[in-house]
Amino acid sequence: MSIVIENLSHIYMKGSPFEKVALNDINLRIGEEEFVAIIGPTGSGKSTLVQHFNGLLKPTQGRIIVNDIEVTGSNLKELRRQVGIVFQYPEHQLFEETVYKDIAFGLHKQGLDTKEIDKRIRKTIKMVGLNEDILEKSPFELSGGQKRRVAIAGVLVMNPKILVLDEPTAGLDPKGRDEIFSFILQLYKEMHMTIILVSHSMEDVARLAKRVIVMYKGKIAMDGYPGEVFSKAEQLESMGLSAPQISYLMRKLKKIIPEINENIFTISEAKKEIMKYL
Amino acid sequence: MLKDITLGQYFPGESVIHKADPRVKIILTFLLMIAIFIIDTYMGFLIMALFTALIVIVSDVPVKYTLKGLKPVLFIAVFAAVINIFFVREGTPLFDYGFIHITYEGLDRTVKTTIRLTLLIVVASILTLTTTPILLTDGIEKLMKPLSIVGVPAHEIAMMMTIALRFIPTLLEETDKIMKAQAARGADFDTGNIVQRAKSFIPVLVPLFVSAFRRADELATAMEARCYRGGEGRTRMRQLTLTVSDLYLCVAAALVIGFIVYLQYFI
Repeated sequence: MSIVIENLSHIYMKGSPFEKVALNDINLRIGEEEFVAIIGPTGSGKSTLVQHFNGLLKPTQGRIIVNDIEVTGSNLKELRRQVGIVFQYPEHQLFEETVYKDIAFGLHKQGLDTKEIDKRIRKTIKMVGLNEDILEKSPFELSGGQKRRVAIAGVLVMNPKILVLDEPTAGLDPKGRDEIFSFILQLYKEMHMTIILVSHSMEDVARLAKRVIVMYKGKIAMDGYPGEVFSKAEQLESMGLSAPQISYLMRKLKKIIPEINENIFTISEAKKEIMKYL
Repeated sequence: MLKDITLGQYFPGESVIHKADPRVKIILTFLLMIAIFIIDTYMGFLIMALFTALIVIVSDVPVKYTLKGLKPVLFIAVFAAVINIFFVREGTPLFDYGFIHITYEGLDRTVKTTIRLTLLIVVASILTLTTTPILLTDGIEKLMKPLSIVGVPAHEIAMMMTIALRFIPTLLEETDKIMKAQAARGADFDTGNIVQRAKSFIPVLVPLFVSAFRRADELATAMEARCYRGGEGRTRMRQLTLTVSDLYLCVAAALVIGFIVYLQYFI
């Protein structure tokens, strides 16, 4: 098991008049090489939950064990090496003069030698689909999509076993989004990383994830295969979420063609299914 | 991490003190502070302390919060005590040993300084605990209005204060986010000597400045897009109006201050 969470609760500003319960008695297990999506309305506790995975936040109650390391504070360095977190708008964390130096930041902190650092940076920059000649540029003169990929490279270069991505494609155009998802899929399939994706886009979740966890008001409301979760569209809607758009089309088609399979949540599957009846 | 810092120190509530007009509160706080400096008799301090206690009770803010600012006072009190014990030579000696001369006057002065500082801080805390920072700047703007005749840009100063206050939580949140993002990449803010620690903040400060400038730019554009052009002819959404309870508050404070001045100068 990669991540074991038992009775985890987190309360912000405990004991003050601004106290807020962000997580309420969470129990969760995430296995190795899983591709999990976490969805939920704003303020449901998704970000709070994932920040426990590498000890950025400590549990108010309960415990969490990641790759046999208990998140309590004594072994944070090893934990953060194993769990990479890419935050929302990660390009806002860029600070160095050159892309090369920025990606190297975490590696220097680990005390690796320059040769190893150089090797890893060149490998990683290819992984995120950028050219090596970008390495000597200032991160502030890149385009939005490039910045985002450089920032993700700064996390990937640490070779994490578990990669958490919080809305990695927010604010990008469709092309930038597809580029990012294509290398995330590659990381999952070829590097055998455990991927945890926090997202608001049901289409992306349906297309990529093998398991979907729905959070609502600090609790886990649903947990299952994308098909299972998205077939309960009414329940999702009551939480301010929705099933992927295409599933609504399939349900309407079901009324016209009763034998069509309505449990379809991605556009490519829908295309195949619809073609059968043309 | 940084989220635990509350903005200013406003403590939400519905008391008479909370609802009082910020202008009244600012002026009264100012007058009470002057009174605290005038007082020099224990009788006067007692009356002042009782009045302060009454305000604390009426304001419905937990005593724990009003006393929060007193920690530095303790240090100053000890400091004052040491100075007074060693350097106040004249007066009735109470205790004499080697270079230590404790005189009645020295002790008297120490106790009074401590009481004075304690009262000052509690009175000032009540103001900030019961008034939101935005209302506070509104009050300051209104009070500074007459000064604009001599060229003090009252509206601009208040607008700058409002914007600064408005962005404190935003920037704190941003700092928190950047610190977390860098910590996730292996940054370490808590160990090492002071130079190393200062250096470890560069990866936080650079992105923070970049985003602060970006935000300032966006805000300026947004304000201009909505035709902001300074204070001239500008009306407010929240009009400050004096109510009867403001009057009561003024009368109560006037009575106490008047009585203290009477005690001080006429008896």
